Formats: sequence, structure tokens, C-alpha cells
Amino acid sequence: MLEINNLHASIGGKEILKGINLTIADGEIHAVMGTNGAGKSTLSNVIVGHPAYEVTEGSITFNGQDLLAMSTEQRANAGIFLSFQAPTEIPGVSMTNFMRAAVNARRAALGAEALSAGEFLKLMREKRKIVELDAKLTSRSVNEGFSGGEKKRNEIFQMAMLEPTFCILDETDSGLDVDALRIVAEGFNKLRKPETSAIVITHYQRLLDYLHPNVVHVLIDGRIVKTAGPELAAEIEQKGFDWIKEEVGL
Amino acid sequence: MAENAFLKEVAEKKYAYGFETQVETEILDKGLSEDVVRMISGKKGEPEWLLNFRLEAYRYWQTQEQPSWGHLTLPDIDYQAISYYADPTKKAADDGKPKEIDPELMKAFDKLGIPLEERMALSGTAVDAVMDSVSVKTTFRDKLAEQGIIFCSISEAVKQHPDLVREYLGSVVPYRDNYFAALNSAVFSDGSFVYIPKGVRCPMELSTYFRINARGTGQFERTLIVCDDDAYVSYLEGCTAPMRDENQLHAAIVEIVVGTRAEVKYSTVQNWYPGDAEGKGGVLNLVTKRGLLKGDDSRLSWTQVETGSAVTWKYPSCVLQGNRSQAEFYSVAVTNNFQQADTGTKMIHLGRDTRSTIISKGISAGRSQNSYRGLVKVGKNADRARNYSSCDSLLLGSKCGAHTFPYMDVQNDSAVVEHEATTSKISEDQLFYCNQRGISTEDAVGLIVNGYAKDVLNKLPMEFAVEAQKLLNVSLEGAVG
Repeated sequence: MLEINNLHASIGGKEILKGINLTIADGEIHAVMGTNGAGKSTLSNVIVGHPAYEVTEGSITFNGQDLLAMSTEQRANAGIFLSFQAPTEIPGVSMTNFMRAAVNARRAALGAEALSAGEFLKLMREKRKIVELDAKLTSRSVNEGFSGGEKKRNEIFQMAMLEPTFCILDETDSGLDVDALRIVAEGFNKLRKPETSAIVITHYQRLLDYLHPNVVHVLIDGRIVKTAGPELAAEIEQKGFDWIKEEVGL
Repeated sequence: MAENAFLKEVAEKKYAYGFETQVETEILDKGLSEDVVRMISGKKGEPEWLLNFRLEAYRYWQTQEQPSWGHLTLPDIDYQAISYYADPTKKAADDGKPKEIDPELMKAFDKLGIPLEERMALSGTAVDAVMDSVSVKTTFRDKLAEQGIIFCSISEAVKQHPDLVREYLGSVVPYRDNYFAALNSAVFSDGSFVYIPKGVRCPMELSTYFRINARGTGQFERTLIVCDDDAYVSYLEGCTAPMRDENQLHAAIVEIVVGTRAEVKYSTVQNWYPGDAEGKGGVLNLVTKRGLLKGDDSRLSWTQVETGSAVTWKYPSCVLQGNRSQAEFYSVAVTNNFQQADTGTKMIHLGRDTRSTIISKGISAGRSQNSYRGLVKVGKNADRARNYSSCDSLLLGSKCGAHTFPYMDVQNDSAVVEHEATTSKISEDQLFYCNQRGISTEDAVGLIVNGYAKDVLNKLPMEFAVEAQKLLNVSLEGAVG
């Protein structure tokens, strides 16, 4: 369970999040929609612990642990995963070596032994199939020379490898064609366990058609101004955000 | 202040070889003069021709000035404040019998991971262990001798194989070559001598481990490798020194002669004490290394991983004299804190259809300065000579410097010379991406640096490569974050 209470956060002295309250129970999927610059990516960055953001007020707990007291890698190893909107390239570091370091770090945090090279490669092969990731990509450097769609698929592949319990999909649908979107979304559904919960940040209905969120939140100007069932996403796609702004007096 | 103390702790913790061995050491009084040169020669019982070689070198050295063209700030070296000879094996009786090795010395090398008992040795590696000015022990000599391979300290070679030493000593690096070469030629102490006879493929890796121990001394190693026609040898060199707040001078010469169709691989992992986080102390590593590809179809490769020393000034070079000879230079140079490195190579193409490859990877962190300096020279008879050079720099942080000084001198129109260079930086985004996947910043830097350096690390013999990889990680501990 992830609980966010009265969260205020700023970057470079500018306040972006102005009191977010959000509770996500195990197994739930929450969609977060909102205008550009509303603070959606800031919210995901603050949850995972991006060093550029400063939390000025409020709290985040994850399964009872004070998340804000933990380093970025501790949060990751506690089971929090961010599918990046724009995944970074790391030239010279092969996907295999990168993933092996990540998987073994997570295993160490869980008190499990590191995987042998053979076990690890077997795991890679299994998980790669789920998101239909080309074997050639895993022998390349991390994200280097990947197309936009391959990068997104690679994010979900990493999720498959790390088996997080809380995922944030930050505009995972952007830059994906219809088929790639389906593969990525279905991959996510196959991978998630009953207790896996997620925040899905998106501008569009189509990803949500696959993921079936329990709740849809609207984030405007650093606050969640409206929360409703999945039908809200369809309404926003049709009518935009202005009517919500009017409704809440912004 | 608290932060400084912490940084200091991090910087010093990472140097695992900083211990000092308590062993009775005979140290020559400080200072340099003709008498000192004579005394060193006398202690080694050298023949007259070698004493004369030393004296000529000394006289030449006196007429020269310390070079200042490197992109380095060298501290003033007071050559009269250094002792030029330190013998930690003195304790043993001088009665002609094989010397008993002081158990403290054995322990010291054990601690460095260099067991001197043959039964404990890494399989397939023979070691010559040199502390200060003297070779402590050379392992597997008898086994190698069965194939006619000579592997011993150069002092012994002078006694037992004087003709070979006389023929080749100074033939690749003459004492007039440069200031530090002249100094070395005057006062050189121990180093290794290797001779691989015609047609012999050396069955094990040969290695020399250099250790500076005594305070206030310099180390002037001299290594000579002769690989006769159709022979092969792979040679490794490792170096460490105690942590001291004074600078210690290390001015070495390595000469290699490669015969027709012969091949030599020379690998170095240099981890002299780099000084503390404030730039105090550390070894001044001023070295001349050169190989002569004398015969046709000969091959020579230099692979170096340079992580230590306060100052590194070295350019392992190749003279491609034989037709179709091939030379390679692979280098990773890491500088952190206040370290300075000015390193690279010279490829001198004289023969026809000669080829050389230069792959240099510089990694700078802290407030360090890291320079690549290289010369590719193609003589007028070197038809169709080819060179490919690639020089990459990786910066960690914003207070360090990376520089590239490539020189080319091509006198033959049929030659092809290529040069590529890149500079990159580990970005905050890359580190954050790794952190989000649960990888700590230190491990992330390790992954990125090792990925960056892998083209060079892959050239090292396996066991060495693993060591070198670990070394890269510790050298950069605390460099980012």
C-alpha cells in the first residue's frame, strides 16, 4: 500500500506539487491524467526519489515504511519501479550487465543469493518473450540506438525482470504505435501479480482500455482536483480539462 | 572540516596496499654523485663496461634539464635528497649460499597477493618480486630454464648472461633518450631480464611485481625483454607502494626487442600510491618504455591500466622496423583527486606494410588532469604503413580536465593514418536511471567505467583483467555523488 499525505515538492525553489493526497491499496491501478505541466512527472519523480526535487512538506509511506527517508536505490529495491517517459541511454554498458546488477541488487535486498550467470540468462530469455523484445537488443548497450517503441518495451522488460510490487508507468503509451501499445499493455497485465499496484500517467484512453484502472485522478496545478471511476478518462478524452477547471473554480 | 576528514578517509581507505613492511634495509646515504654511481655498481659486482655505461649516462644527465613539456605540474625534485639504493634483503648472510628470504618479505608479498612459494602461485604465472632496489625472488626459474628461457633479475643476468645484456642494454632506449632515461641508466637497480630463445613459446605468463617500501628512496627499475625469432611471451607488470606524505620517485626503463615472427604482449597494472585526497604524497612515475620490432612480421602490444601515482609520465612506444610488423597500444588511465597523468604512445613506422593501433581511454575525476599524448610517425620508406588511433575521454564531475595531444609526422604518401577522439561525461540522468533500478551510485559508476574501458580490459590476461576491473572501481570510489 502506498500512502501520500499532503505532499508538497519543489524544484529549483519553484513549488510544483501543492498538497497531494493519494492512497493506493495493493492490487489497485490508479490513472493520473492532467494538463501539461500539472506535476504528473514530478509526482512520479518524487515517489522514486529523484535528487533534483525537494519535498518541503508531507509524507509518503510504502507498506508502512517512510519512503522519503530512503535513497533512490533503497526505494527501488523495496519494490518500486518507474517506467521512464524518456529512458536514458548508457553507452558501453550492455543490457545484460546492467540487468544483472539490478536483479542482484534487488535479490540482495530481499535476502536472496545472487543468480549464477546461467540462471540469469535463462531468466532474461523467459522475460524477453513476454514483451516480445528482440534478443539483439539485450546484447546492446542500455537503450543505445533503440527506437522510441523499443525503449518503452525495454522498460516493461526491466519491470518483468525486477518484479516490482508498485509500478509507475509515466506516459508509457507515448511514441508507441497501436500494435506496440497492445504488446506493452498486455505484457504488463501478464506480469502483474494480484497484489501489484500501479500509477498510470497518460493523456489517452487507449492504454487504459487495456489496463482497466480502478480510479482516475485529475491533476491540475499540483493538486488532485477530481477523482472518479474509469468513465472519467473517456469523458476527458472527449471534452478535455476545461470543464473540470471550471467545476473546481480554477 | 568534517567533510574534509570524511573525504580523506574515503580517499585513503581505498588504497589497500599502503602498508609498510618492517624489514632491516640497507639504505645508501641520500644524494647523487659519481661516487654513488660507482657504489651501486660495486654493490652489484658489475663488470667495468657497465660501470662505464652508468658513468657516461650520469655525466650526460648532469648536462640536461628536467623536461617541462608535459601537461603536468611536477613538484620540485631534489635529486640530492633521494637515496638511490635500498636493499631489504641485506639481513641474509653473504656467504655465497642461496639467500634465505626474510619471512617479513615473504609476508609482505603474500599480503599483496603475490605468493612467492611456487606451490602456492597462481597457476601458469612465474613471478620476479622486486622490493626497492633488489629482486627478492624469481619463481619457476628452473622450470623455464628447461626450455632455455631466462627469467631472472637484471643484476643476475649481468653476472650470468653478460653477453646478452651487453648486446641489448640501451639498444632500444639509449641513455641519451631523455632526462629520466639518463638518470635511470646511471643508477638503475633491479628489474627483470627475460630471454626467450628462437622458436620457443613461453609456457607461462611472466610477471614482475614492483614494490617500493623504504622511505626517502627512489626506485629505478630496469627491465629488458628479448624475444628471439619465432618466439612468444606474455609479460605482466604490477606496482604498489606504501602511503607516505612525501613524493617518491620512480624512474624506470623497459626495453623490448622482438625478433622475426616473434610476439610479445606486455601488460601493466600500475597502482603506485596516488597521494591522499588533498594531493599530498604519492609516487612520481616517470617512465620510458619502448619496444623494437626488429624482425619482419614481429608483433608487440602494450596494454596498460594506470590507476595509481600522483604523476604519471609515460609513453610505451614501438619502433616498427621489420616489414609487416604490427604494434598495438591499449591504455586505460584513471585519475582522481589531484592525480596528473600525461600518457600515450609513440608509433614509429620504419618498415613496409607496418600497422599500428592505438586505443586510449582516459577517465578523470576529482580535480585531476588526464592527458593523452601520442606520436604517429611514418618514415619515408614505410610504404603502405597504417595507423588507427582512437582516444576517448570520460569525465566524472566538473573540476577535472581531459586533454588530447596527438602528433603526426607522415613522410610517405602511401600511408594511411586515422585518428578519432571523443569526450563524454557520466550524466546525472544515467546515475538516476541506475539508482531507480536498485543499483547504487558506486556500482553504477563501476558499470559505466568498466563498460567504457572494456575494449582495453579485454586485452589483459584473464586474471589480470578481473583485478584491473576491481581496481578501476576502487580508484573511483567517492568520485561521484
